[in-house]
Amino acid sequence: MSFEVLAFLFLLSMFLGLELISKVPATLHTPLMSGSNAISGITLIGAMVLAAKTEGNLMAMILAAVAVFFASINVVGGYLVTDRMLEMFKKKES
Amino acid sequence: MEALMTVLLLSAAACFIFGLKLMSKPATARKGNLISALGMTMAVLGTGLLIVHDHELAGQELGFGTFLPVILGIALGAVVGIPAAKLVKMTAMPEMVALFNGFGGIASLLVGWAELHGKLQETSPAEWIAEMGHLPSSTIFLAMLIGGVTFTGSLVAFGKLAGYITSKPVLYKGQNFVNGLIVLLMLGGGIWFTMDPGQYWIFLVAAVISLGLGIAVVIPIGGADMPVVISLLNSYSGLAACAAGFAVNNVLLIITGALVGASGIILTNIMCKAMNRSLANVLFSGFGAAEGSTAAGGGKDRGEAKSKSPEDAYYVLEAARSVVFIPGYGMAVAQAQHAVRELAEILEDNGAEVSFAVHPVAGRMPGHMNVLLAEANVSYDKLIGMEDINPIMDTIDVAIVIGANDVVNPAARDEPDCPIYGMPIIEADKARTVFILKRSMASGFAGIENPLFFNDNSYMVFGDAKRTIEAFVAEFKDAAS
Repeated sequence: MSFEVLAFLFLLSMFLGLELISKVPATLHTPLMSGSNAISGITLIGAMVLAAKTEGNLMAMILAAVAVFFASINVVGGYLVTDRMLEMFKKKES
Repeated sequence: MEALMTVLLLSAAACFIFGLKLMSKPATARKGNLISALGMTMAVLGTGLLIVHDHELAGQELGFGTFLPVILGIALGAVVGIPAAKLVKMTAMPEMVALFNGFGGIASLLVGWAELHGKLQETSPAEWIAEMGHLPSSTIFLAMLIGGVTFTGSLVAFGKLAGYITSKPVLYKGQNFVNGLIVLLMLGGGIWFTMDPGQYWIFLVAAVISLGLGIAVVIPIGGADMPVVISLLNSYSGLAACAAGFAVNNVLLIITGALVGASGIILTNIMCKAMNRSLANVLFSGFGAAEGSTAAGGGKDRGEAKSKSPEDAYYVLEAARSVVFIPGYGMAVAQAQHAVRELAEILEDNGAEVSFAVHPVAGRMPGHMNVLLAEANVSYDKLIGMEDINPIMDTIDVAIVIGANDVVNPAARDEPDCPIYGMPIIEADKARTVFILKRSMASGFAGIENPLFFNDNSYMVFGDAKRTIEAFVAEFKDAAS
């Protein structure tokens, strides 16, 4: 895709992100941060493509595979930790 | 199959957006996180199909070996990530999040590196530029730079939060000059590399410097400012993913990275506002360097602080019709949240109205106190924000300050010469009686004397916060039996 299209998408996504969570109650700041942190592990898919593509170029493949490893920790750990936190946020009926 | 791939990748983006939206309300937050996790699963599956598609297009052989590094990487990542996430204690959550965040950063750096290495093997720098322009080389450099800073910056934040590194600001002479020089150096290197990506050495040297830069920018920031730093690093990890997306021409990476980048910026902004400081001030001022030193009270004579024993405090609590708890980092240190919840229930049974007032920057990460209280099973509708509690504070019989200091310091409101003047506070001093649970008279993180301790209606209850609360509970139980 051309740079122009990518730049537009970037700009729109930034605005969308700002709008989406501009009114988050303080209660949810930690889970939100941890949840969006898990999402930032999306680098995983970029790493996957490179790890699979660069067959024959050992160095690049190793670099990408290590990237897959770290991004996976970020993704898997991030989602689980967030879920553990949110599990505790319950409204108790009294 | 191409259609399925497109559907998967599109749905993944939709899931991230919808998931984030749901995460802004307590009632739907958990569902939001699950939807976002579902989105990630679809992104991974869609990318699997993309790999197959790419290989077919290029007429390359596709076998198990193609996927081996991917599968191995994910499996090992899960083996590390799952136990880490399952075993971490709730009080250690801030440092765990910081650590995970750092791993996302290093992944972006490595993606940039792998792309560069692969491309330089395939083609000559001149052909690469002729074909793709300067976009790949500039964004590879950016992914490396932001990713590197995120990685070591998060590691330092992790070390400070976990207590491996001093949480005091580490300052030295000419620090800002050195950091400024590094930034200029990186800018120059970045432009050179963008023009000529064949200069592999620039990339490698710059990668090492970016790792150093991450340490250099976080080390001077004190423990109490960690909420701002973590939000900012979170934003960086999104932007690093975004840059990596431009570098490898992956739309989903760009969209998702931008979403995370933006959400991090919002949180950073909220944190800065809650401290009445600019981001620049948080990053460069080394605020709180005087921690533990003599309190900067301006030599004012404030008289004597009065103290009460738990037994005496009990009689006041017993008669109270409304009680508000104001927790701070000290509650996390003393692990007092469960005892606090027990006391709250006893007070409610005793006919008092109980609430919890949480300052936005109390603790070491945004919403830190809320997570701890939720862990102790406190219903989230009892947690009241600063803006909502202050107008009714004068109707509260007893305010119990647990290990909080600067966030209840009335000097921030009344004394223009106070270093934290202007920072919004929870006005505990307006409650009819204030109990301050504290180990000693030492000043808080900012190193500023707290006039609240010397007010006529304030009483210090010295000791470990958890023990003190348990002593209150014991008094109630003794009285009942």
